[in-house]
Amino acid sequence: MTDPATDTAFDGRGLGTERLVELYRQMVRIREFEERVKRTFAEHPGVIRGHTHLADGAEASIVGSVAALRPGDQLTATYRCHGYPIALGSDTAAMMAEIYGRATGTCGGYGGSMHLCDPERGFLGTSGIVGQGIPHATGAAWAAQIRGDRDVVLGFFGDGASKQGAFHESLNIAALWKLPVVYVLENNSFSAGVRTEQEDANAAAGEPLATKARAYSMPGVTVDGGDPLAVYDALSAAVARARAGEGPTLVESRVYRLSAHGNSIAPPGVPLHYPEHEAISRFGAVEEYEAAKRGDPVPRFRAALVAGGVLSDALARSILADAAEEMQHAVDTALAAPFPEPAAALEHVYAEAPA
Amino acid sequence: MSTHETTYIGAVMEAIDLEMARDERVLLLGQSVGGRPDDPFVQRYGENRVRVTPISETAEIGMAVGAALAGMRPVVDATMAEFLLVAMDQVVNEGNRFHHMSGGRVRVPMVLKAGYGFTAGWAGQHTGSIYGMFMGVPGLKVALPSTPADAKGLMASAIRDDNPVLFLHHYLLTLDRGEVPDGEHLVPFGQAVIRRPGADVTLVATGWTVPMALAAAATLAADGIEAEVIDPRTIAPLDTATVLASVRRTGRLVLVDQATRHASVSAVLAAEVAEAGFDALRAPIVQVTGLDAGIAYSRPMEEHVLPDEAKVVAAVRRVVEYSGTRV
Repeated sequence: MTDPATDTAFDGRGLGTERLVELYRQMVRIREFEERVKRTFAEHPGVIRGHTHLADGAEASIVGSVAALRPGDQLTATYRCHGYPIALGSDTAAMMAEIYGRATGTCGGYGGSMHLCDPERGFLGTSGIVGQGIPHATGAAWAAQIRGDRDVVLGFFGDGASKQGAFHESLNIAALWKLPVVYVLENNSFSAGVRTEQEDANAAAGEPLATKARAYSMPGVTVDGGDPLAVYDALSAAVARARAGEGPTLVESRVYRLSAHGNSIAPPGVPLHYPEHEAISRFGAVEEYEAAKRGDPVPRFRAALVAGGVLSDALARSILADAAEEMQHAVDTALAAPFPEPAAALEHVYAEAPA
Repeated sequence: MSTHETTYIGAVMEAIDLEMARDERVLLLGQSVGGRPDDPFVQRYGENRVRVTPISETAEIGMAVGAALAGMRPVVDATMAEFLLVAMDQVVNEGNRFHHMSGGRVRVPMVLKAGYGFTAGWAGQHTGSIYGMFMGVPGLKVALPSTPADAKGLMASAIRDDNPVLFLHHYLLTLDRGEVPDGEHLVPFGQAVIRRPGADVTLVATGWTVPMALAAAATLAADGIEAEVIDPRTIAPLDTATVLASVRRTGRLVLVDQATRHASVSAVLAAEVAEAGFDALRAPIVQVTGLDAGIAYSRPMEEHVLPDEAKVVAAVRRVVEYSGTRV
């Protein structure tokens, strides 16, 4: 549908209509999944326990990053982990069941929202402790380097994690050993409820967080994380560099988290909910938040694709309808799914030797 | 079975060597491994698999977790047990959690090798017997070899295990010599060994206190007191069944442990036997542990807080002579 001769020529980076639409579809599916997680607190109180963290606002960054991978590549992530497996093709019904604590969940109800994984698709798992998954990505990249198949590992983490020793130790070794890893720092401007410029020397100095790469003699780039194709460009270059054996890259992807850091934290018996975003609740920055909403990457990419002639309104509507139906199915089946047997709690404490 | 004589630490390295030769997924990393072309491990297995690291414990251990998730079987030489504390999250709250948290979908086969208990004038920060803070952590296995043969066999088993294993070798045993089986030698985890049989009292000891307990048993035997000496060898999993069975035969239990009392293997065993073997006990359980203090630099103070043979002998005599009053 793209016509390079017209004013609305769309630079699809050679991805082709089908893949561009697929990127959009994945963004919509992630958004719809997260909306249904959020709605569960109101519609089915008590079904979700503990702490969830939503990826709404980061869909473009996630999808654009994963699009730069090929089979055999791997990734690790954080407790804000629902988006990556969706982009990798994991079963959303099993993911929702996991978040609902059911036996049919991705991890049998052992992990919950913060600890999704799908090793068969390359998603090695998460650490729920800020920054501590960064060395895991680095070590997986060491394994890839030893295997010699030119596989690449992406390590996803937030801006807060870049203040952890685990970040600095890992970047030093990755650059020293030229490991095939790309560090994707999703800078959403908040570490939970603290603004980045309150806790980051680069941010306070008006410099990008990617500046940290200079300390480890690796490339550091900052990209608009609201634009999946800009992210794809940055990741493609970084992945190509890693695949060629030239070492790691730090990619700072600027995103704006559209929900609060996580659901409310309360003892049992107190209904959980999603509080107001910290920009408003802590800093009174209503206009900042409204501007972020206006810049929402999902409608933004849809508008770009429609304007570029890649996506029709009708197809966009059907993608949304399909995603809504898929996530309704995920919610329905998860609600109907059985809980694990209590005594299953004692399984998988130790891995048994394979038979 | 043919054997050869070697040192305790030599036996550890022999096991790593054999396992690296057997399985190319086994990796060795740490601040004091490899690092030069003439290092024998580098020569045999190459710099890809044998890598000297910066002083970055969190990254070293965390990278081992990641490499293990990706199918490798890394051995981290963490040098001293206290250095693990710099990276405590990676030791007790990452790799050891992943198999369970994933509902069994991922495995983290890795070994953390570290020396402990260097009570030879290393003062407060390099002398601890700190296994108590690891032995109760689900998903983490902990081995405490006391002989060269077990050092080899437990290390080989640790490398083949599909879980994170903390392999703690005792610094005071480093150059002890003993017979070690040639070639493949595996010591199973969770199986205590009876080092010396005896009918009058059960003595349980780990690491450096095993030879101490055996020496005490020899002294006591001269007085007609037969002590059964048990070495658990791994403390996670911990073979309480062998200890309980012994206590059912002897009716008496003395626990020897270099750790401070409230973070010791002995405290755990005392509780297990008090709960499951109370009816078999003819005397109170007595613990001969490190005293609840730091390790002082100066020798008289260092020795004062540690268990020794005389303290063990005295404890056994009190238990054997127990007649219904306080021990």
